[in-house]
Amino acid sequence: MTENALKHTLGDKMMIELSGVNKWYGEFHVLKDINLSVRQGERIVLCGPSGSGKSTTIRCINRLEEHQQGRIVVDGVELTSDLKHIEAIRREVGMVFQHFNLFPHLTVLQNCTLAPMWVRNMPKKEADEVAMHYLNRVRIPEQANKYPGQLSGGQQQRVAIARALCMKPKIMLFDEPTSALDPEMVKEVLDTMIQLAESGMTMLCVTHEMGFARTVADRVIFMDKGEIIEQAPPEAFFSNPQNERTKTFLGQILNH
Amino acid sequence: MQNPASEPSRRGSMMTDPKVRAWVFQILAIGAVLGIGWYLFHNTQANLAQRGITSGFAFLNNPAGFGILQSLIDYTEGDTYGRVFVVGLLNTLLVSVLGIFIATIVGFVVGVARLSPNWLISRLAALYIEIFRNIPPLLQIFFWYFAVLRAMPPPRDSHALGETVFLNIRGLYLPSPTPAEGFWAFIVALVIAIAGCVALARWARVRHENTGRYFPVLWASLGILVVVPALFALVAGSPFHWSVPELTGFNFRGGWVVIPELVAITLALSIYTAAFIAEIVRAGIQAVSHGQTEAARSLGLRPGHILRLVIIPQALRVIIPPLTSQYLNLVKNSSLAAAIGYPDLVSVFAGTVLNQTGQAIETIAITMSVYLAISLSISLLMNWYNKRIALVER
Repeated sequence: MTENALKHTLGDKMMIELSGVNKWYGEFHVLKDINLSVRQGERIVLCGPSGSGKSTTIRCINRLEEHQQGRIVVDGVELTSDLKHIEAIRREVGMVFQHFNLFPHLTVLQNCTLAPMWVRNMPKKEADEVAMHYLNRVRIPEQANKYPGQLSGGQQQRVAIARALCMKPKIMLFDEPTSALDPEMVKEVLDTMIQLAESGMTMLCVTHEMGFARTVADRVIFMDKGEIIEQAPPEAFFSNPQNERTKTFLGQILNH
Repeated sequence: MQNPASEPSRRGSMMTDPKVRAWVFQILAIGAVLGIGWYLFHNTQANLAQRGITSGFAFLNNPAGFGILQSLIDYTEGDTYGRVFVVGLLNTLLVSVLGIFIATIVGFVVGVARLSPNWLISRLAALYIEIFRNIPPLLQIFFWYFAVLRAMPPPRDSHALGETVFLNIRGLYLPSPTPAEGFWAFIVALVIAIAGCVALARWARVRHENTGRYFPVLWASLGILVVVPALFALVAGSPFHWSVPELTGFNFRGGWVVIPELVAITLALSIYTAAFIAEIVRAGIQAVSHGQTEAARSLGLRPGHILRLVIIPQALRVIIPPLTSQYLNLVKNSSLAAAIGYPDLVSVFAGTVLNQTGQAIETIAITMSVYLAISLSISLLMNWYNKRIALVER
């Protein structure tokens, strides 16, 4: 695939807006005045050294972490401690984790139908159909009745993507989705994510897969020590980084 | 290169061959066990013959000639040792069942409370666990029996709860039901109500699968269980006559008496075991990785559903095996009842009967086999349940 083969026009609607977000773990200032707007259909890759706050940033978007200052608005709903708002936002925001976090006591199919049935109140038959549709899309419909423990890492991560998609979210968050995978399985997961990007999903990915960033991202954001240091479209970001820290980081990561 | 398998070295070839060696050692081991067994058996036989003790189980048919403090079946002094055995066994089972029931409920509540985000609740639970887990069970039995129940006032000054329940030095007095005119109607109503609840649960599950809507089954079931029998009782008349304990002279008449020995042993064992169960429950819930909760939250599931559909099914797998051990411990610890004179199997059979008949080997053998049988039954049941809910991997 050539660079930015997926160029597309973005919607005008703002899906996510973070303004002046600050967060502390005790004395430690993890997020420092984060400002970030994501438009509908936009694909963003967050990168940076470990401990830079990139995971924390996306985990604040569906309230797995609480921000202490600033405003987060997702799809027009502001995140406050109001449970109704949190639940409304979580219904529209899917998340994929580094360690898959599939439910080991449920089959692949049940993993996919659990939330649609208990959150969206979908009849079982319909939920099964939706699940099979997305399992087809991630190309593992034949594993539907197996348990997560019987699948390879790459397959599990694809199931996790299907499980999130079954809720028909408007936004997908990826928290280092390929970091826990064996090298030969990274591609199958990235291919699934590229396919998802083609369908126009709004995506925020924390990843060190720079090839993926080049092909898919509309914008690459570099974070360090809890701050957004630099953001640019991938061509500019990789060929002409402005900040010293970005250059050092890219030097470290691209020379491998 | 020489292949050691096809061309073994000549020296010590017999003993270096793992197959031969395995056989030799196993035969030696079996021989040793049989030898020791024969020696013990022969020695016992010789000793019994020397002292003129007849062995066998015929003594079970002889009259016992002593009274028993508490018996769940009819028992008089004239009954046989065999019947004493049954009385003792039932008393042991009573303590075990009551103890397991109470310990499980208290243990789960305290275990969950231990994880509460509320500082006071989790501290109180921790305090409970640390106190009761670290005091020997026999001491706790003594505490409840001698320090609490034996220190109760005489019947005249009983602690009373609404003039129906009384607690004094002779035990706990409860009103007892006897069947009245509405009894059978009540039983029928109860069966109908239970069947209704089962049907309701099934209907709600099918409806949830078909339409996605859910129904508050628990509350509706509780309602059915109260309303249906109440209606039947209104129509058919009261199902029970309640015999309320009443002070006449120096003692109470009527009602049920729970002897202080039973109260003490049940309280002590369930409170002691509950402390361990609480830790097992806490560990089980904490063993479910935080990622599971996060994944469920990110899907929009509500806290109650996360607990019921994601956490508990996984925690149970961790909880069941050690929980089984605690049940077994409780059953075996119930033999400590002998220390306060509660007539359990060890106290009346391996104690009084053994002393009276001198049939030490038979009584001890029977008692040991009974504990073995109870423990194995509990183990089998729990293993079966554990297997049923086991995770499928690879």
